[in-house]
Amino acid sequence: MTAPALEVEHVSFAYGPRKALDDVGFTVPEGCCAILLGPNGAGKSTLFNLITRLFDSPTGTIRIAGFDNRRQPSRALARLGVVFQQPTLDLDLTVTQNLRYHAALHGIGRREADRRIAAELARLDMSQYRKTKVRALSGGYRRRVEIARALLHRPTLLLLDEPTVGLDIPSRQALVEHVHALARDGMGVLWATHLIDEVAPSDELIVLHRGRVRATGVVTEVIRRLAVATLAEVFEVLTEETA
Amino acid sequence: MHYLRALGAIVGRELLRFLHQRGRFVAALVRPLVWLFIFAAGFRSTLGIAVIPPYQTYILYEEYITPGLVGMILLFNGMQSSLSMVYDREMGSMRILLVAPLPRWYLLTSKLLASTCVSILQAYVFLAIAYLYGIQPPPVGYLQVLPALMLGGLMLGALGMFLSSFIKQLENFAGVMNFVIFPMFFLSTALYPLWRLQESSPLLATLARYNPFSQAVELIRFALYGRFEPYAFGYTLITMLVFLALAIWGYNPSKGLMTRRGR
Repeated sequence: MTAPALEVEHVSFAYGPRKALDDVGFTVPEGCCAILLGPNGAGKSTLFNLITRLFDSPTGTIRIAGFDNRRQPSRALARLGVVFQQPTLDLDLTVTQNLRYHAALHGIGRREADRRIAAELARLDMSQYRKTKVRALSGGYRRRVEIARALLHRPTLLLLDEPTVGLDIPSRQALVEHVHALARDGMGVLWATHLIDEVAPSDELIVLHRGRVRATGVVTEVIRRLAVATLAEVFEVLTEETA
Repeated sequence: MHYLRALGAIVGRELLRFLHQRGRFVAALVRPLVWLFIFAAGFRSTLGIAVIPPYQTYILYEEYITPGLVGMILLFNGMQSSLSMVYDREMGSMRILLVAPLPRWYLLTSKLLASTCVSILQAYVFLAIAYLYGIQPPPVGYLQVLPALMLGGLMLGALGMFLSSFIKQLENFAGVMNFVIFPMFFLSTALYPLWRLQESSPLLATLARYNPFSQAVELIRFALYGRFEPYAFGYTLITMLVFLALAIWGYNPSKGLMTRRGR
């Protein structure tokens, strides 16, 4: 059996005296789209910073495709694709230049990189923007480029940190659909959001509130377990209690 | 192979970005040129420079401060790339760099090399303009100055990178100007030789002597005239290694300062 795309075990983290994460644990298998749902300040960004190793997690373990991201950071990061909340493209460079930069950081040679870039852009219906400067693209298209970039090195796990912030409704829908298709093709996805309308009923749900995991499971199952009617109510019930 | 590809991409990206920011290029050139054409011309008559190594004859003040102004380019660029790292980090592209599957020290050093290459490019353009203006060191100096520029640029860039690891906001760059760039520049041998400073204040002369920027400027000054200055070289090399180690420490996810700052 292959290792899950992501395993988080007993992870705690504090900013000085303030506890941002408290004994967080969950698993994202390959082929699963997991939604990390929580209000602002729940600890989602902190968790992402720990998974991407921008911060270190002194307690607990985080494994990406089976690689501990503290003991084998390079191997773990090689299996990880990330779309950050903030835009991270160079606006003055073209789409291809941005993607080539990323491919080289992952050690992919020029010819292979160009092949993958062409394939990813075609898949996102963006081939005609190959030579366009990112500055000239709309927010939705910029996000697509960032997703293409995150997939160039064929990661096992795709992390998305509130990727739909600032997008219009059609772009949001397209993004949600695209990412679900990726999960169906076998990729592990962890999607952080505070917007419940981005969640599909078959998604795996991880509800985070005040640094603690409040519920995990398939969306429909969580709804049944809590004896409520909708996901909105799940969110309400699980996040209104004060810890 | 992976390492070289990544280094090539980081340097390539920096050069591409630089070419796209013509405003920055012009600004970076205008600053030392204003000093050369106006400030130095104005002070030519008030400041007499005795014959000191590496010069073999009496020289004009313009000629004296040219290596200092080259140092100024490296200093401002080093700090500006620290500004751009703070900015990059807010924008997120620093994150993209740091999640690449390579050791962090390697990524940071590559980034440093990349911004130093941009500085060197600017330094040569400045030297070319200075040549047309009449400041003409021996041809071999232009070649020998290259390693000096590289070392000086790396040292100042590493200092900037270390500072950037604990600057929280963009606004703090003004603080870097006042508390780092200006004291470093004025308390150095860029504008006046050490013996001159010694006459007016032995304390300031001592500070200037130990200022790593002075040593970088002297290294460049001697190299530009085809001479090697071992003390300045050693001093610059050691301070470069210290600043680089501090910068890598600053960006270390567990020991550094990033964690305490929060997001």
